[in-house]
Amino acid sequence: MARAVTNNRKALNTAIAWSIGILIFFPILWTILTSFKTEAQAISDPPVFLFFDWTLENYTVVQERSNYMRFLWNSVVIAGGSTILGLIIAVPAAWSMAFVPSKRTKDILLWMLSTKMLPAVGVLYPIYLIFIKLGILDTRTGLVIVMMLINLPIIVWMLYTYFREIPVEILEASRMDGATLKEEIIHILTPMAVPGIASTMLLNFILAWNEAFWTLNLTAAKAAPLTAFIASYSSPEGLFYAKLSAASTMAIAPILILGWFSQKQLVRGLTFGAVK
Amino acid sequence: MKLKNALFAASALVSVASTAAFAEELTIATVNNGDMIRMQGLTDDFTEKTGHTVEWVTLEENVLRQRVTTDISTKGGAFDVMTIGMYETPIWARNGWLVAMDDMSEEWDADDILPAMRGGLSVDGTLYAAPFYGESSMIMYRTDLMEKAGLEMPDAPTWEFVADAARKMTDKENEIYGICLRGKAGWGENMAFLTATSNAFGARWFDENWTAQFDQPAWKETLEFYVNLMNDAGPPGASTNGFNENLSLFQQGKCGMWIDATVAASFVTNPDDSTVADKVGFALAPNTGLGKNSNWLWAWALGIPAGTQKEAAAKEFVEWATSKEYIELVAANEGWANVPPGARTSLYENENYKDVPFAAMTLESIQSADPQNPTVDPVPYIGVQFAAIPEFAGIATEVGQEFSAALAGQQSVDEALEKAQALTTDAMEAAGY
Repeated sequence: MARAVTNNRKALNTAIAWSIGILIFFPILWTILTSFKTEAQAISDPPVFLFFDWTLENYTVVQERSNYMRFLWNSVVIAGGSTILGLIIAVPAAWSMAFVPSKRTKDILLWMLSTKMLPAVGVLYPIYLIFIKLGILDTRTGLVIVMMLINLPIIVWMLYTYFREIPVEILEASRMDGATLKEEIIHILTPMAVPGIASTMLLNFILAWNEAFWTLNLTAAKAAPLTAFIASYSSPEGLFYAKLSAASTMAIAPILILGWFSQKQLVRGLTFGAVK
Repeated sequence: MKLKNALFAASALVSVASTAAFAEELTIATVNNGDMIRMQGLTDDFTEKTGHTVEWVTLEENVLRQRVTTDISTKGGAFDVMTIGMYETPIWARNGWLVAMDDMSEEWDADDILPAMRGGLSVDGTLYAAPFYGESSMIMYRTDLMEKAGLEMPDAPTWEFVADAARKMTDKENEIYGICLRGKAGWGENMAFLTATSNAFGARWFDENWTAQFDQPAWKETLEFYVNLMNDAGPPGASTNGFNENLSLFQQGKCGMWIDATVAASFVTNPDDSTVADKVGFALAPNTGLGKNSNWLWAWALGIPAGTQKEAAAKEFVEWATSKEYIELVAANEGWANVPPGARTSLYENENYKDVPFAAMTLESIQSADPQNPTVDPVPYIGVQFAAIPEFAGIATEVGQEFSAALAGQQSVDEALEKAQALTTDAMEAAGY
């Protein structure tokens, strides 16, 4: 009897999980479906779900009008570059906070997080002026730096949390065996924290990929990533929803595929240390 | 012989070098709409003629506005040509941010630009942005539903007639609504429509001393009329409807009348997208007999930021894109119905363009709007559906939220007007008016 209840509960949990999953995924599914409709079908009332004349016309139009590969490459460089640069800075920072904390470590961590509480638009003009002075407006270098800076608090926090789960005795043992600080971080700490570092990397890559305020405001033609590509198909005067959906699908496809293949790593990292 | 060859080679090198020196790469910021996208497709013609190449930055209207404002106010130099509207042009020109367009070539023919457009894009008689296309607003109505209601649309209807017709056309059971109007909050959304409408009712945003006027009877009459009409004959959820939502409703045959931008005419008469393409008539935006119609005036124009390093090439581009030849180029490639409308007088004298069904009403609507004298009583500002001051966009968006809430039934008309008066007064005082 008890087993039957467990099965029922399992079924219920599965049904709830699937319902929530479908609910979350539905906007993406709808965007993908709309991208294969004509503009008239895209706004039809009642909406058509699957039974419509599927067309690739929107993708053809988007390909002809925009240099997709340039936007994609910019996104890859900006998201990848900022994540790697962020990790290079954050790993030693998180190590020191986790293993040799001072009395101000907690305050520093909170202060770092507080920078995320400031609305981005509040510092738009100062950052824009700095970019003009440095000559890095509309460059991938500029965007890599800004993306790294805005995501750095999250990277440090995540790594700090993961590092705290690693027994300090192992590091002490390596020191006893004569490992230098550099060797300790690279050969001892990093391999043990791989799941945490990988999930931090993935999460920050996704955050940088989707970031739309700075990438729109600090770029023009040369360094514009896929967020600008999507924005170029949005129009308040004219029904171009099918084309916008095609552009959106093309923009989210790479990150969706990356997320799909790395979901095990991501879940493992995010639950790292949650159950002891 | 050797000397001759050397001289020839040297002159050839100089020639190539000079061409290369003059060939610039221009970065142009623009909005995503049909006319601008067509222009991007025809850029090769400009490159062939001048040698200059173009990098396009296409953005959604509101994103573009924020982006170019940041750049021009900081002298960022990210763009050589910017697509700007009638609202920004006089403000930016007064700040010295735009290059004057007073030395364009004779062939460009500045006198051919429609006077209303020229007036809205000039400061002290100097043109600061060249109109790429212009628009007003007008009534688009279903001829079959109007006939069924036993009415005939006059060319210049009153609001009384329009309201009566809307109520008669409404058949809510069959999802047909007599009138579709903007309700979505925003200075370029419901406030564009309501400000233009208030002009016809004798209202104004500010008196000559910059005092807010929402506590005056004309605004109450405007807002009450609008809310009552929309409650009786408008579609459900109208407080979230903007241009695209109403376009969608009209194309699906759910609106008897729609008062909005004249550029919508080409969409609603396109049989590929519209189910009512062959049943659409056009009329001037309504009046109340006070001498002003409810139509607005807008232009998307090309401006050159002061301080650009490529001013000469930028001017060449502006001349190309806003010329009579460009209109003919579009007509040859895309047909006369797709040429950018509302900028040049010569377009409306062209026999080919006269066959386009909405051409005459578009011109009449544009000509009936006067940005220098938009209201019945005098005002200290320029602009028909806006006041060309930097504070307007922020204030009008907040006022738009109050009016949208009144339409949604979340507050009364009196409450909305009271809040609008208070917030406008506060903002204007804070700005030092």
